[in-house]
Amino acid sequence: MKLYCLSGHPTLPCNVLKFKSTTIMLDCGLDMTSTLNFLPLPLVQSPRLSNLPGWSLKDGNAFLDKELKECSGHVFVDSVPEFCLPETELIDLSTVDVILISNYHCMMALPYITEHTGFTGTVYATEPSVQIGRLLMEELVNFIERVPKAQSASLWKNKDIQRLLPSPLKDAVEVSTWRRCYTMQEVNSALSKIQLVGYSQKIELFGAVQVTPLSSGYALGSSNWIIQSHYEKVSYVSGSSLLTTHPQPMDQASLKNSDVLILTGLTQIPTANPDSMVGEFCSNLSQTVRNGGNVLVPCYPSGVIYDLLECLYQYIDSAGLSSIPFYFISPVANSSLEFSQIFAEWLCHNKQTKVYLPEPPFPHAELIQTNKLKHYPSIHGDFSNDFRQPCVVFTGHPSLRFGDVVHFMELWGKSSLNTVIFTEPDFSYLEALAPYQPLAMKCIYCPIDTRLNFIQVSKLLKEVQPLHVVCPEQYTQPPPAQSHRIDLMIDCQPPAMSYRRAEVLALPFKRRYEKIEIMPELADSLVPMEIKPGVSLATVSAVLHTKDNKHILQPPPRPAQPTGGKKRKRASDDIPDCKVLKPLLSGSIPVEQFVQTLEKHGFSDIKVEDTAKGHIVLLQEAETLIQIEEDSTHIICDNDEMLRVRLRDLVLKFLQKF
Amino acid sequence: MDPECSRLLPALCAVLADPRQPVADDTCLEKLLDWFTAVTEAGSSLLLLQENPCLVELLFHVLKSQDLSSRILSFSLRLAGIFAAQENCFQYLQQGELLPMLFGEVGPLGGAAWTAPAVRSGWIQGLRTLAQHPSALHFLAACGAVDTIFSLQGDPSLFVASAAGQLLVHILDLAMRGPAEGRRSPQACDWPACAQKIVGHIEDSLCSTAIPQVTQALSVLTTAFGHCHGLWTQGLWVRLSPLVARLLEKDPVPASHSLVDLLLSVARSAPSSDRGLWETLAQTLSHLSPTQAGPLALGILKLQDCPQALRTQAFGILLQPLACVLEAAAQAPGPPGLLEGAAGDSMTVDTLLSSKSACVGLLCCALAHLGLLQPLPQRPSPWPQAPLLGAAVTILRLCSGSAAPTSDVGGRLCAILVGCGRVQRAALDFLGALSQGTGPQELVTQVFSVLLEYLVSPESSSMVLKKAFQATLRWLLSSPKTPGCCDLDPHTQLFLTELLPVLQKRLCSPCWEVRDSGLEFLTQMTRHWGGQAGFRQALLASEVPELTKQLLRDPESYVRASAVTATGQLSSWGLCASPECPGAQQESLLVELLHILSTDSEGFPRRAVMQVFTEWLRDGHADVAEDAERFVAGVLQAASRDLDWEVRAQGLELALVFLEQLLGQRGSHCPYAVALPETAPPGVLAQALQVLCRVQLFEFAFRALFDCDRPVAQKSCDLLLFLRAKAAPCGSPQEAGDSPNVASVEATLQRWQAGEQGQPLGYLEPGAVVALLRSVDLEGLRDTLAESSDHVEKSPQSLLQDMLAAVGVLGENEADCY
Repeated sequence: MKLYCLSGHPTLPCNVLKFKSTTIMLDCGLDMTSTLNFLPLPLVQSPRLSNLPGWSLKDGNAFLDKELKECSGHVFVDSVPEFCLPETELIDLSTVDVILISNYHCMMALPYITEHTGFTGTVYATEPSVQIGRLLMEELVNFIERVPKAQSASLWKNKDIQRLLPSPLKDAVEVSTWRRCYTMQEVNSALSKIQLVGYSQKIELFGAVQVTPLSSGYALGSSNWIIQSHYEKVSYVSGSSLLTTHPQPMDQASLKNSDVLILTGLTQIPTANPDSMVGEFCSNLSQTVRNGGNVLVPCYPSGVIYDLLECLYQYIDSAGLSSIPFYFISPVANSSLEFSQIFAEWLCHNKQTKVYLPEPPFPHAELIQTNKLKHYPSIHGDFSNDFRQPCVVFTGHPSLRFGDVVHFMELWGKSSLNTVIFTEPDFSYLEALAPYQPLAMKCIYCPIDTRLNFIQVSKLLKEVQPLHVVCPEQYTQPPPAQSHRIDLMIDCQPPAMSYRRAEVLALPFKRRYEKIEIMPELADSLVPMEIKPGVSLATVSAVLHTKDNKHILQPPPRPAQPTGGKKRKRASDDIPDCKVLKPLLSGSIPVEQFVQTLEKHGFSDIKVEDTAKGHIVLLQEAETLIQIEEDSTHIICDNDEMLRVRLRDLVLKFLQKF
Repeated sequence: MDPECSRLLPALCAVLADPRQPVADDTCLEKLLDWFTAVTEAGSSLLLLQENPCLVELLFHVLKSQDLSSRILSFSLRLAGIFAAQENCFQYLQQGELLPMLFGEVGPLGGAAWTAPAVRSGWIQGLRTLAQHPSALHFLAACGAVDTIFSLQGDPSLFVASAAGQLLVHILDLAMRGPAEGRRSPQACDWPACAQKIVGHIEDSLCSTAIPQVTQALSVLTTAFGHCHGLWTQGLWVRLSPLVARLLEKDPVPASHSLVDLLLSVARSAPSSDRGLWETLAQTLSHLSPTQAGPLALGILKLQDCPQALRTQAFGILLQPLACVLEAAAQAPGPPGLLEGAAGDSMTVDTLLSSKSACVGLLCCALAHLGLLQPLPQRPSPWPQAPLLGAAVTILRLCSGSAAPTSDVGGRLCAILVGCGRVQRAALDFLGALSQGTGPQELVTQVFSVLLEYLVSPESSSMVLKKAFQATLRWLLSSPKTPGCCDLDPHTQLFLTELLPVLQKRLCSPCWEVRDSGLEFLTQMTRHWGGQAGFRQALLASEVPELTKQLLRDPESYVRASAVTATGQLSSWGLCASPECPGAQQESLLVELLHILSTDSEGFPRRAVMQVFTEWLRDGHADVAEDAERFVAGVLQAASRDLDWEVRAQGLELALVFLEQLLGQRGSHCPYAVALPETAPPGVLAQALQVLCRVQLFEFAFRALFDCDRPVAQKSCDLLLFLRAKAAPCGSPQEAGDSPNVASVEATLQRWQAGEQGQPLGYLEPGAVVALLRSVDLEGLRDTLAESSDHVEKSPQSLLQDMLAAVGVLGENEADCY
């Protein structure tokens, strides 16, 4: 069993598991932090961004000045943003049989895999993952395609040139594999390869293994996966949450008794408690708005935003913010808000029960009805007519490199009354802000990451008791900035095995058993004999039939009629040799009693020698040796067949036959 | 006993003895017992029984009857105990062999009823009351009660078990007291048999291997040393101390909690010259685990006279956990003996690292104990203020994760403590307590920075924040004033500029508890520093006053109440007004508070408004002083309609302040001290009465006089008495009946007294008021109000009637059910 690790990002995993004869890809997350090296794509012509000076080498060589621009002391690539794909060279991705998706954030690289690697298999995911994943991809494509960029920079990627660049460009990894965003056509094609599954549904893969999605409690339709054969069980835990937010709670019990538990997608901010962060979010939002400032919340169009809107729904009246407009701007805003209301069966119990009242499960429906929350596909069109300040704007993209958020950063960045509140934990907020410096607006970092923290993981591991834990290397040591926080790492026995990008891990357990079925008629013919209480044995003669990784013992064909014909003989070649069976023996020979029996039967002058493996009984007079070992008995006598048979019969008296 | 009760008693006894007529209410039986106790304390029990033979009959009947409830049986045992407490009555009951039948082995003791804990408890309480005289001791010995009490010490019911222990102590005390007490030798060979037996039992228990037995013996001894002050207790200690000391040889020490209690109890009662005791205490301190030794160490340090060496040892125990933390978190090896003589020992370190609960428990106890010790005059001296400050700061940093210890122990401590709210709260409390002392400036800076870190951190829970606010306030208020200048010192000023934005954010918190503690903090800070220029400047430059005002409309009533108090306080110091248009905002605040008073649906904000208004009136707040008459009239009008009695009572307080301002102070705050009034000069008086009539203070006060809530009525009565003393002292030339409308007013008042308060009093002339004040029997009313509201219903006669009636009523109720 092997694990091929194609991604180095612990929360955007992409691993391939080879298990029995199957090749299973676990998630295909897309690392978008690479976009932070690019200049933002402004929706409206930005004189500031378009007039940035080109970057030149220390010696004044300016051959890169078209590709690289200097902005607030940092150097950015002036090109269409590119993403860092999972490794494609480590394993031939056309051999991947299936891809299991655990949540909508972990499928963003899917079009790259399914459309460009010769992949011919099936993708399994839950319906909300697919629908919301589609929205995220659609938004991403839309954000990038609506700001066409003439040039695509590639010169800087040359290894010799990259070495000369300032950080962080100099340290960017695998830049040659960075790719531009996929198209809508590719998205559609990729999504058409997905087969929808429900929680606890058992899916057979070629008869070899069974895969089952389990609720993971993190997002709508998010799942962990059980991959098991008859005698082995691998659990894949990715992006799980034990907090009571909107999704169905995490199913922990089914993870018990795993041989291997692959653990990814823990919280990216283990020191920030989501509840405190929500409190912090509300306080800062309220404080800004009360002072007449605007609040900008860069976010994804689905996920935590639902919970934030719910918190605000409860908070705005009490904080006296009822008159403040909330805007949600995204090409998929409408679909996201509406989708959330129709996936009732994937929601937590409280929200499910609302549906039967009937009420919308999320209160943002009411916010929309009362005009407190308004949503728009983009800043163009209706939004500009309705726009009122002070206000709160939720919009993407959290990297601040594309999407409507770029416009608001340019618009509001100069006033200290305004605040940008970062709630998504995927991007370093300082790096995200770098091209907007100097910035007068307040920046608040309230990352809300509901995924498991290390305390929860340690409780989970104690409860489900896997034999081995496999996780990204980042989880096996404290965060570099807080090396004394030994509580911020996985602590389990035996220690977790860690992996890093482009590594192949041999998983530490061997398959020892395989299940074989016996056909009823064959079973009928067996005559078990109890050799000791509770253990019966029977001899079986059968044909082992193996197809689709299922093994069946079938009755042997009747012995062929003894004919002389050559053609017949050929047919009988396949038939096992069905000689008259000698009985099988079991049991052990107690040496002392055996010697006594020999003496009774007239043998004298018997000597017993102990050997490493058993005993040798020496009949000196008869010049005969009886060698008794654990699994064999040999009678060595000199051509005296009569004596041998007599001795054999004496030996057999001590053994059971069946 | 009054004849009416005597008349009712036979019927009541019949009801009690009748199993078909269950007594509905347990409290009736308790009240009956209280009553009998009172009756027997006042007179002879013997006479009582002779005059009311039904009582003895009841006791006999109880013994015979099989199906009586355990409540009645328990009641009867306790009743018999009350009667038998007097020796002659005891003899009388003994003649009838009643007592052995009730308390001896033939009684309930052997029967099925004994399974009810109530019966066992009644048996013990009966004996406890009974055991008051030497005859009782003989009786106890004769009926073998002591053995039963021994076994009841391990009763499954904790109440019974604890009462059994106390009864043993009581019997021991009774046996040992008396004429021969002073001469008793510690060797105890001449101790009474009963005492010998009990002490022997305690000795056996102390030697037992069963921990519950040891615990029982120790708790009996603790009670004995805590409650009995006879000289014999010293003898007892001499006899038992070797056995107690032997407990320390066991590992682990059994029943350590009880042992600590006992040793402290002995130490408090023993003379300070008892060297053996001090040695035992020292030994115990060194044998117990750090967690167990903490309470003992604290107890020792609280003792008045105690050898210095023992005190040092005890203090060391309390300091050890903190010393370990300091040592573990030190970046580099610090100066040796940071807490002198208490460098972290390995046992404490082991405890700290053994588990999260052990670590948290030990640290919280150490912090709490040291916090309790800090303000005491007998606290150890020199008090290691600086290292303790350092330890508190370090613990807080470990809890927040901001400390970066390099040692292995430090790292593990950090992993255990990070985010632990219990330790955070304990450490903040302790840090607050340490504000009473001084510290090196560097440490004080660290204190403020860690406090700010907690106030800023989004991870601080609401309780932790509250504690952080409290500690911050204590440190701010204790910060030194710059010599020769009345303003804040530069450090504090700097801290304030960092603190106010945090407070601003906290006032916007979605968690109401946080908003509330923020407002409380602001109120306190303003109360103390409202006059400090530096504070005023910083506050006015922030958005805090504006936010506070917005919180007057908070959805949470507690927050609204705190916001009212805070804005009231800010306004008193002129900190509410914006510099551009002073006055305008102030007036709107008055209007807003009046609006809250008359419309808020919850009581807390309305009460807070009344308090603010009273304070404003008392302090002569500019806007109030401008037209105090109108202000008082408006407030009283709103308060009189309020459904909350506390608001009405506060209205009277405000009225009183107004009166005092018009007529001069009261002579004394004691409401009964109106005997020597200082009358106001007639001119002032007439004017004042006019004002009071205009603001309709009398209507308010008279209405309150007949308020259905007694505290309001009492307060009003006091107010009117004060007014009468000022305005219409006896012998004043004005006469009643001057004014034509007095009669109609009196009639109205009578209707009010009867509960019909719909009709207004109408405008009163000052003359009529004076007449009224004279004619209403205020003293009589005051006396009536002073009695508890159920004084009529509390009479024994009423109790007996109720119990009898209840039996009848019970039947009707049952019928109603169908």
